[in-house]
Amino acid sequence: MSRALHIHRAGPGMSVQDQGRPGWLDQGLSQGGAADPLALAEGAALLGQNPGCAAIEMAGSGGIFEATGADLRIALSGAPMQASIEGEPVAWNASHMLHTGQRLSIGGARRGNYGYLHLGGGVATPPLLGSRSSHLAAGLGRLLAAGDEVPVGEDAGGTGTGMTLDVADRFSGGTVRIVPSVQTDRFARKDLERFEATAFQRDPRSNRMGIRLAFQGAPFAARDQLNVLSEVIVPGDIQVTGAGLPFVLLGECQTTGGYPRIATVVPADMPTVAQAAVGATVRFSFVSREQALAQHRVAMAALRALPTALRPLVRDPRDMRDLLSYQLIDGVISGREEQE
Amino acid sequence: MLRPRTDSGLPMIRDVGLTGLLVSFADRLGEPANRAALAFRAAVDAEGWDGVQETATSLTSVFLRFDPLMLDHDALRARLDALLAQADWRAASLPRGRRLWRIPAVLGGTCGPQFAEAAKAAGLDVDQALKQVAGARVRVLSIGFAPGQPYMGELPEAWDIPRMQALNPQVPEGALVVAIRQLIIFARPAPTGWRHIGQTAFRCFRPEAAQPFALRAGDEVTFRPITPDELDEIAARDTSGDGGAVAEVLT
Repeated sequence: MSRALHIHRAGPGMSVQDQGRPGWLDQGLSQGGAADPLALAEGAALLGQNPGCAAIEMAGSGGIFEATGADLRIALSGAPMQASIEGEPVAWNASHMLHTGQRLSIGGARRGNYGYLHLGGGVATPPLLGSRSSHLAAGLGRLLAAGDEVPVGEDAGGTGTGMTLDVADRFSGGTVRIVPSVQTDRFARKDLERFEATAFQRDPRSNRMGIRLAFQGAPFAARDQLNVLSEVIVPGDIQVTGAGLPFVLLGECQTTGGYPRIATVVPADMPTVAQAAVGATVRFSFVSREQALAQHRVAMAALRALPTALRPLVRDPRDMRDLLSYQLIDGVISGREEQE
Repeated sequence: MLRPRTDSGLPMIRDVGLTGLLVSFADRLGEPANRAALAFRAAVDAEGWDGVQETATSLTSVFLRFDPLMLDHDALRARLDALLAQADWRAASLPRGRRLWRIPAVLGGTCGPQFAEAAKAAGLDVDQALKQVAGARVRVLSIGFAPGQPYMGELPEAWDIPRMQALNPQVPEGALVVAIRQLIIFARPAPTGWRHIGQTAFRCFRPEAAQPFALRAGDEVTFRPITPDELDEIAARDTSGDGGAVAEVLT
């Protein structure tokens, strides 16, 4: 039997995602990919594998999964969700072993929106246009559903299991850094100041294409806003609709748009925007290009350093029913030494 | 300043967030600016600058996505300025390998429920409007919004009609829509503020095919009027996605 993950129950927004399809902007196809790219990288680090591996993205809630055909190494990252293997709670931001026939249950997100289930060897569905990501807006792939058998690639073993990462909370909103964009100067200074002073909440009518921001106060209007020629738009752009409502565009956005853009979120803060759940407050703060670049440099270095930030998951021996799986931690440590 | 500037400050280079630059040749649609964008993008691609990750054109601009840690904003701007100064981009020739597509389309009727309304907005009677759309030879000005989706223009002046205030809740794949002197064939079912005037069986995006994106900026397109029955017949036997269209190479 081939290595696979059987889905017994699937939450409403579950799909295969990797780093998406960069490079097709000229053909009208946006990059798409994991809504929280940092969570994708964290899962790859936890399993000691290539960050290009595809994982299962779970929007809002998870599902019930079973390893079939082989024992599977798994890792959990992104929005923290309740998770258990055969009824035994397991840690989030950590890697675990899911033995053949064992069931993994993942519940609703406690904070944030997008949780990720990573598999040792990665999801092995056939790539399309260079990626395994479902891009629903473009009609590529589909949502996962109960009854699906998700193929899993060969696993080189990476860092074993029983590893964890300390992850800063990016699942509760906060202040997000922005830089000026193409039409920022079409907004009045007082409106830009009001934009920075406003507390925004994610509107439930948000999806992988964009986050609609709810707020108290007058709409934001750009000068001459009906005469904006349709122009290239990119993830992170904050478009203001004709009704004066801001939307932050995410990876699955369209590639051109005719609404004025008040600002663009810096890449390092996109996970915070994507993970701000309904009710969490997001504020925006303009930074200079120099500041944004300095922060971008730090964020990129941290991303590269993820594999060295792992530490063994400390378990209370009283909670350990299965000493055999605990032995795998030895393998984990030697795995790290090989990397250094 | 090397850049040839007009009174309006065009061409203009602007930041798009931290990782993008936009070179705009006009702030409203015009054939020379579209020509400039296509030619300038080809020139940028030919330079092959390290750190430039992707380029694309919109109707009148060229977009560059780059790695700002590898290629400094100011350095990239300076290179773009220098390249802008090298030619009169608005007089550049069109890209090579362009094709003329003849695409069968049902115009009006239930397949184009807003044809009469669009004709009225253009100040034409339905017969005149049919003649103009069927007689038009439009060019693919840009591909965007959805995969492979063409913005085609320009139609005669009369068709400078605005988008609608209220959206069409959904037009199907292959729908032919019109606004602001342009036609679009929808690549995906989508809501739109453009008026739905016809239907084709042409698939702009064919993810499984060797050539997933059928049209290219610079291609020219005419529409051959057919009946709804003919459209059904074409759709039933078409496996290529061309929807009965024929293409001939122009250059």
